Amino acid sequence: MIAAVLTTIAVAALAPLLERRLGRRAAPLLALVPAGLFVSLARHVPEVSAGGVRTDSLAWIAELGVSLSFRLDGLSLLMALVVTGVGAVVLLYAGSYMKGHPRRGNLLGYLLAFLAAMLGLVLSDNLLGLFVFWEATSLLSYVLIGFEREKAEVRASALQALLVTGGGGLALLAGFVLLGQAGGSLEIGALAANAEAVKASPLYLPALLLVLLGAFTKSAQVPFHFWLPDAMAAPAPVSTFLHSATMVKAGVFLLARLHPTLGGTPEWTGIVTTVGAATMLTGALLAVGQRDLKRLLAYSTVSALGSLVMLVGVGTPAALAAAMVLLLAHALYKGALFLVAGIVDHETGTRDVASLGGLFRALPVTAVAAAAAAFSMAGLPPLLGFVSKELLYDAALRASPAPLLLVPVAVGSNMLLVAVALSVGWGPFTGRAGETPKAPHEAPAAMWAGPLLLGLGSLAAGLFSGAISPFVSAAAAAALGHPYGVKLEVWHGFNLVLAKSLVTLVVGVALFAARGRIRSLAGRLAPIAAYGPGRLYRAGLAGLVRFAKGTASVLSSGSLRQDLRIVLGATVVLAAPLLLTRAVLGAPDALRSVRPLEAVLAFLVVAGAVATVLAGSRLAAVVALGVTGFGVALLFLVFGAPDLAMTQFAVETLSVLLFVAVLRRLPRLQSRSAPRARAVDALLAGAVGAVMTGLVLAVHAEPLRSRLAPFFRESSLALAKGRNVVNVILVDFRGLDTLGEITVLGVAALGVFSLVRLRLSSRAAAAKGDRP
Amino acid sequence: MTLLLALAIGVLYAAGTYLLLRRSAIRVVFGLALLGYASNLLVFTAGRLSREGPPIVPEGAVAAAATSADPLPQALVLTAIVIGFGVQAFALVLLKRTCQEAGTDDVDAMREEG
Repeated sequence: MIAAVLTTIAVAALAPLLERRLGRRAAPLLALVPAGLFVSLARHVPEVSAGGVRTDSLAWIAELGVSLSFRLDGLSLLMALVVTGVGAVVLLYAGSYMKGHPRRGNLLGYLLAFLAAMLGLVLSDNLLGLFVFWEATSLLSYVLIGFEREKAEVRASALQALLVTGGGGLALLAGFVLLGQAGGSLEIGALAANAEAVKASPLYLPALLLVLLGAFTKSAQVPFHFWLPDAMAAPAPVSTFLHSATMVKAGVFLLARLHPTLGGTPEWTGIVTTVGAATMLTGALLAVGQRDLKRLLAYSTVSALGSLVMLVGVGTPAALAAAMVLLLAHALYKGALFLVAGIVDHETGTRDVASLGGLFRALPVTAVAAAAAAFSMAGLPPLLGFVSKELLYDAALRASPAPLLLVPVAVGSNMLLVAVALSVGWGPFTGRAGETPKAPHEAPAAMWAGPLLLGLGSLAAGLFSGAISPFVSAAAAAALGHPYGVKLEVWHGFNLVLAKSLVTLVVGVALFAARGRIRSLAGRLAPIAAYGPGRLYRAGLAGLVRFAKGTASVLSSGSLRQDLRIVLGATVVLAAPLLLTRAVLGAPDALRSVRPLEAVLAFLVVAGAVATVLAGSRLAAVVALGVTGFGVALLFLVFGAPDLAMTQFAVETLSVLLFVAVLRRLPRLQSRSAPRARAVDALLAGAVGAVMTGLVLAVHAEPLRSRLAPFFRESSLALAKGRNVVNVILVDFRGLDTLGEITVLGVAALGVFSLVRLRLSSRAAAAKGDRP
Repeated sequence: MTLLLALAIGVLYAAGTYLLLRRSAIRVVFGLALLGYASNLLVFTAGRLSREGPPIVPEGAVAAAATSADPLPQALVLTAIVIGFGVQAFALVLLKRTCQEAGTDDVDAMREEG
């Protein structure tokens, strides 16, 4: 299993190269990869049907309990067969559909990579491994939906799908982590064995809600359903693969996979069933008024996904068996119908059902495939769709919480879906020929082969539903967590369920006949539909962008002073509470007494600083600055640092000389800021000063434990043969630092020198230029 | 005395910060100088004040008195004073050049011209 996933990834990387070399022959060749996987997986069907489970494991990050452990049981085999089977058909189709597209090879590569991710997802038995594949499908779906990247609305749709499913993915990760803590393992098998402890844990509810959020966004459940119809901006093969057969089913798959661990509680049943039923009805209602073939299909897919989620929520053996059959039936008929929609679009140049008709003559093979798929979707015997609808009704009827609510929802939704199925698979091919942008003729075999195969699959699986019963039972058993046997058959005899199926069909056909009026009604209701959750998404996104722009323009104004104010203000706000409480609570300092000389010096320093700020002339400011400097030097002298004092004196003298030399050439001091701005700055500066005072006091509130001071006092003479400890540190213990310091000074001196020289040379140049 | 010095350091920082926020580039250079003093005093004070004399090993002794001032912050501050002087000298010459080229020391006006 690991080898299968890795091989597919490797082939995906080579696909663009292969396409360049082989041209149109590349796609059929690449389709052999999933086809081969399909065959090798299918060989396990008898073994798995008999209850066998295959596992495969590769340690990845053992310290975190993350491993690539794979599990092949009924559920994962069913999904894997769907993924590889539909994948093979889609690759073959895509090669023909994208004929002449300059990036056809890339599309084939992305599709294969997606297939590998999807295969990894359904086979994973480790939560974090599953999550990695889950996110990979989200990212690849972004690339695939946005394949026609030149169009802005396509990019917007791709981003929307990514943000919705990616946001759900984040919730899912958090849910998995909580689940791992509650159950003590990240292996899904181990968690299922420990289900009682998980359900009793206080983390159960948060974990459940987060996991559900991830599953619901991925499987386009209300209120996150809006991304799926918009994702129809993708090319037809992508929509077929991602949005009908595989990726959107990942959420349903996850719910089924975790049902043994999380399911069966009132919370699970209540939330999952309600959301599923609401989605089933919403999708069907929104579908029936659409004019675009692909949007019709997209909304009906939302409805089908809702049915699947509802069935998993009900969680009875009958419901899970119904879910497994519906999953298979839906992949077959919806995959075929999406491919048919692609062919119709390709051949006629339009997807508007109102202007399509009478295509049977031009597209006979496609019409047969479309009819088979549409009849399965409508639930006509003996197709698989009929079997699955019977099971759905039966499960809804026997659901423990609220059959009275679920049955009308299920029947009503399916009535609408009958009309949708006929609008897509029957309407365009019968009746009068419509006006289309292109004159249609039959698509190449590579394109109609897929839908025909899937359509015939619906028929075969329906006719021989008895034969697939053991396999479906194994899939349902994996989702249930205990063995279960179901017997599928087309003919159940006359009973309540059959009566409902008949009523569904009759009303559905009537709705189909009235489709023109329904569409015009939907057109009038469209303004109301604009208030859906999609609007909330767009408003939220726009708000986020505005917020980001706003904060960026405030925090990074482009003015250095403004940025400095923000940094200083933030420092004050963050540091002040901590420092001030520590400084106030701190012990009084050891050097409490104040000698007169020291007080005078401190006063000099402060007076000099204040005078520098207030000075009206350049010279006065320089003098005031000098007073502060000499004051600091004398303070050093008083507190046992003669070296510092001497250095400071020297530097001060040089500084004053430098200032005086340059000052003459500088503009006079001017007040440029408004009084109000100065007041704000003064306030901020005062706060910074207060924080620094607090810092000094807070430092003194902590006891000083220096091991270095005694070391230097004792080692100065012994190790370095010097008596002045400070000098010894500078030239011996930290000699290299001092060397670096000298280098810095040298560079600064060079800078000063070159700036002065530059002036001279430019003057010289100016003097030359003046010469006649 | 520590309290007094802490207050003086606060005033130095406040004055330096205020000058740093001026539009006049000369005042910014003055502010840099004041912030330099403030930081040196801060580090020096953080090593505790001592009136017991400098860390020098007396003749005949093998180590400096344990009560003498802490030599480590002194060494750090000494380096800082010298580097600070280098920075100040460079900033001053740069300022002079810039004022000559731009004809003003208004930071905002320079920005608009640039």
